[in-house]
Amino acid sequence: MSARNRELLGLIPASLLVTAGFAGVFIQRSNALSNVSLTYGALFLGLCIAAHVFIRITLPRADPYIFPLVAVLASFGLVMVYRIDPTLARQQAQWFVLGLILFAGTILLFRDYRKLERYRYIIVLISLGLLVLPRFPGIGYAANGAYLGVRIPGVFVFQPAEFAKIGLVIFLASYLRDTRQVLVQGGRRFLGITIPPLKQFGPVVVIWGLAMATLVVLSDTGSSVMFYGALLAMLYVATNRLSFVVIGLVAAAVGFWYLGTHIPHIHARVETWLHPLNPALYHAPLGSYQVANSMFAQAAGGLFGQGFGQAALTLPNGGALLPAPQTDMIYAVITDELGLFGAVAVLMTYLLLVARGFKAATMARDSFSTLLAAGLSAMLALQVFVIVGGVTRVIPLTGVTLPFISYGGSSIIANLVLVALLLLVSDRARRPA
Amino acid sequence: MNAPIARLFGVVVLLFALLVVWTSRWTVFQASSLNNNSLNVRTLLDELHIKRGQILAADGTVLAKSVPAPGNTWTRTYPTGRLFSQPVGFSIAAKGEASGLEESAGSDLRGVQTGLSSIFGQLSPRPVGDDVYTTLNPKGQQAAQQALAGMHGSVVALNPSTGAVEVMYSNPGYNNNDPPSTSSSTDTTFNRATQGAYAPGSTFKIVTAVAGIDSGKYTPNSLINGKSPLVVSGVPLSNDGDKSWGLQTLTTAMTYSINTIFAQVAQNVGRPTMTEYMKRFGFYSKPPLDFPSFELATSKPVGPNGHPYPPGSPNEDIGRIGIGEGGMQVTPLQMAMVAAAVANGGTLMTPHLIDRVVDQDGRTVKTTNPSVYSHVMKPSTAAEVTKMMEKVVEEGTGTAVQLGGISVAGKTGTAQIGANGSNLTQPAFVAFAPADHPKVAIAVNVDISNGGFGGTVAAPIAKAVLQALLSNGG
Repeated sequence: MSARNRELLGLIPASLLVTAGFAGVFIQRSNALSNVSLTYGALFLGLCIAAHVFIRITLPRADPYIFPLVAVLASFGLVMVYRIDPTLARQQAQWFVLGLILFAGTILLFRDYRKLERYRYIIVLISLGLLVLPRFPGIGYAANGAYLGVRIPGVFVFQPAEFAKIGLVIFLASYLRDTRQVLVQGGRRFLGITIPPLKQFGPVVVIWGLAMATLVVLSDTGSSVMFYGALLAMLYVATNRLSFVVIGLVAAAVGFWYLGTHIPHIHARVETWLHPLNPALYHAPLGSYQVANSMFAQAAGGLFGQGFGQAALTLPNGGALLPAPQTDMIYAVITDELGLFGAVAVLMTYLLLVARGFKAATMARDSFSTLLAAGLSAMLALQVFVIVGGVTRVIPLTGVTLPFISYGGSSIIANLVLVALLLLVSDRARRPA
Repeated sequence: MNAPIARLFGVVVLLFALLVVWTSRWTVFQASSLNNNSLNVRTLLDELHIKRGQILAADGTVLAKSVPAPGNTWTRTYPTGRLFSQPVGFSIAAKGEASGLEESAGSDLRGVQTGLSSIFGQLSPRPVGDDVYTTLNPKGQQAAQQALAGMHGSVVALNPSTGAVEVMYSNPGYNNNDPPSTSSSTDTTFNRATQGAYAPGSTFKIVTAVAGIDSGKYTPNSLINGKSPLVVSGVPLSNDGDKSWGLQTLTTAMTYSINTIFAQVAQNVGRPTMTEYMKRFGFYSKPPLDFPSFELATSKPVGPNGHPYPPGSPNEDIGRIGIGEGGMQVTPLQMAMVAAAVANGGTLMTPHLIDRVVDQDGRTVKTTNPSVYSHVMKPSTAAEVTKMMEKVVEEGTGTAVQLGGISVAGKTGTAQIGANGSNLTQPAFVAFAPADHPKVAIAVNVDISNGGFGGTVAAPIAKAVLQALLSNGG
C-alpha cells in the first residue's frame, strides 16, 4: 500500500473517534442522539480528506502516520473542548480550519524549506520580539502572574511563545549545522570534559540567557523550560557530546534554583507543587487549589474514568471546581472522564507522533533537516511533558497548552505549522536521491 | 547524528513513562486517600445527584424528603420543621454538613452506591437511597413541644422494653429547613436531649437507691437518720428547708427526697459500688444511640476545674453525687435510660431511633432488633424501687404527674443553681408508666426556673407527654 493510502486509512479512526465522541457527549447532555454529532464527524472527515488530498499532491512521499496522528489528537481535543464548552469548540473548529490553511500555506511557500536558513537571523529576531511582546503595555496581558498573551482589543488575542518556539528551532538548526564541527573539534579538553570554544558557543549561551530572561521578565516558566530543553536536545544531536548537556543542565539547575527561591511568583509555584494538600496553601489566592483539584479529578477518574461528560468541573454556585479545564487542566479532565487508560492512550499517541518526527530526522540527508525535525519533535515532546507533568505534579505547574487538544487558536495554528515543517522534512528525506 | 537522536528518543520515552507513573499514582494508588481528602468536594457534589431516602416517624409521617433542584440535583426539605429538627437533623450536601439522623443514617439514606458505578454508572438509573423509619411518635413530640413552650429544656421518652426513642425534643430548637449558622437565644442546633449538661438533682437518687438495695446493704424499709444538716466531705449538707427528719425508711426518704439520708446511703455503699452501678446505667460513656457521636454527651461528675473526674476518682464527693450534686452532669437521654432500666425489670435496653430501613421497592433491608445494653439490677430490686417511685407520685413530691387510673412511678429533682441563696433552680422529673406494666420511660429537664420545683415545673410536662403517648396506645 502506498504511503498516501495508509494515511487515508489512518484518518478513519480519527473520524470515528470524533463522531463517537460527540455522540457520547450528546447522549450524556440530552439523553438523545442528535444528528449534529454525525454532522461534526462528517465535516471533520471532509477537512481531513481535503488536507490529505493536498498532502497527496504536494508531498507524496511524506510520512503517512504523522497527519493521522495529528488528526486523532485534534479530533479528540475538539470533543473534549466541546464537552467543556460548546461555544469554545465552535471557535476551536474555526481555528482548526485557519490552522489547516496556514499548514497548506507553509507547505506551498517552503517546498524548499532550506531557504529558511537564509533568514535565520531575521527569524530569531522576530521570535525574540514575539516573546517580549506580552510585556509591552497596552497589548500585553498577564494570566496568573505570567505574561503569556498579546491582545489587540477587538481584533485578536494570541500567545506569541507558540510561534516563537518554531522560529527558535529553525534558527538553532541552521546555526548548529554551521558550527557543530567547530564546537566539537575546536574545543579544549579539560578534566576529561570538552569545553566548547566560546566564539561559536556564544550564541548558545545567549539563548540560555534569553530563556532565563524570559522566565524572569515574563514569568513564563513553562515556555522557558521548553525552549531550553529543546536547545539542549538539539545541541546534543548536533555534537553528540553528553558533556554539553550536563553543563547545560547544571547551569539550568543553578538558574532555576536561584529563581525558585528568589522570585516570589516562581517560589509560590514550587510551594504549591510540593504541598498541594496543605489547607493554608489550598485556600490562598493563587495557591494550590488548581493543582490539588487536578489530583482530585484524576483520582475521581480511576482506571476507566467516569465517562464523557461526567466529570464535575463547576461548583453549584457557578465557581470553578477545576480552573482552566479547557486549557491548562484539560489532561486532568481527560483522566477524570476516560481514566488512566484514556490518559495513557493520549500520551502514547503523542509518543508515536514524536517517534515519527525523530524518524523523519534520522532519514533526512542533510544536517539542517535532521536538526530541524529533531528540534521540532523534541519541542513537541517537551511541551507535552511540561503541561502534563505540571498537571500530574511531576514538575511544578506552568501554563503551556497541550498541543492540538487544549483550546487555543495560537496553539493549534502554530502546532499545525510545526507539523507542516515535519512533513516537508520527511518528504524530502524520502525522495529518491 | 542518528545515535544521539535514538538516545534522545529514549529520554522522551523515559519522561513519558514518568507521566504515566504519576497519572497512575493519582488515579489508582493514592485515589482513595485523595477521594477522602477533606479538601475534596467531589464526593459532596456527587451526593447532590443522589435522591436520598425519606425519614419517617413511627406512624409514617414524613419528617424529611428530597425534592428536585436545578441541574439534576436534589435538595432536602423537612415538612415538620422545628418539631423534629433535633432528632432528624439536617443535610446540606453542597456544604458537606449534616447532623442528627441525616448524618447517622446517611449511608442508608444514600443507598448502597457500589464501586462499579464508574463503569456501569451510566447504565443504571439515577441513584436513589432507602427510606428510614424511626421510632419517633409525632403525638408525643407535639405534646412535648406544647408543654415546653416558653421554657428552655428538653424531654426524652423511651419504650423501656425495646429502647425505642419515642420523643426527643428540646427547646430552643431550630428549623432544619434553614439551620442557623450560629446559635442565638432563640435558635440553636444544640440538642439538649443528648448534649445538655443538667444537674440531675434528686432524680439521681434512683441510682443511689438501686445501688443501695441491689448491693444488699439496704432494703426499702431500712431506717436511716435524716437529721439536717449533716457534714458530708467536710461541708454541711442540708435537707430542703433544713428540715431534720429523724429515723426514716428509705421509701420515705425517696418519697420526700431527703438529701441527708441518700448522702449516707451513697457513702455507705461506697465509691466503687456506686461507680459500678453508674456504669451499668450508662454513665461515664457515650450513650449507645444510633446518633452522630458529636451530638452525644457523656453523663458524668465534673470537678470544679471543669474537667470530668475519672470513674471512681477519690476526688469525687460520693455523698453529694448520691443526691445528684457534687458536679454531676447528665443528659435527659441518660436520665430516661435510668427510668427505663428500672421500668424494664432491671434490664437496660440499648436506645435507638431507627426502627427499620426500607428500600424503594418496599423491601425491609434492615431492622433494629431490641438489644440489651446491660443488666443493671436484679428484677426484685427493680420491683422495690418501682414501689418507692410510685409513692413519690402518690403522696410525695411528684403528685402533679398523677394520671388518674394509670399508676406512675417517678422522681423529682430540683437543683439549686447560681450563687448561694439564689432562688434559681433546675427542675427535673424522671418517670415511667404504667408502673405495673411500663410502656414509657421519660425524663424532663428544664434549664432554669425562678424558685420552681421538679414537682411543679417538670412533672406537669412529663404528665402531658405521658398522656399523649399512653392514649396513643404507646
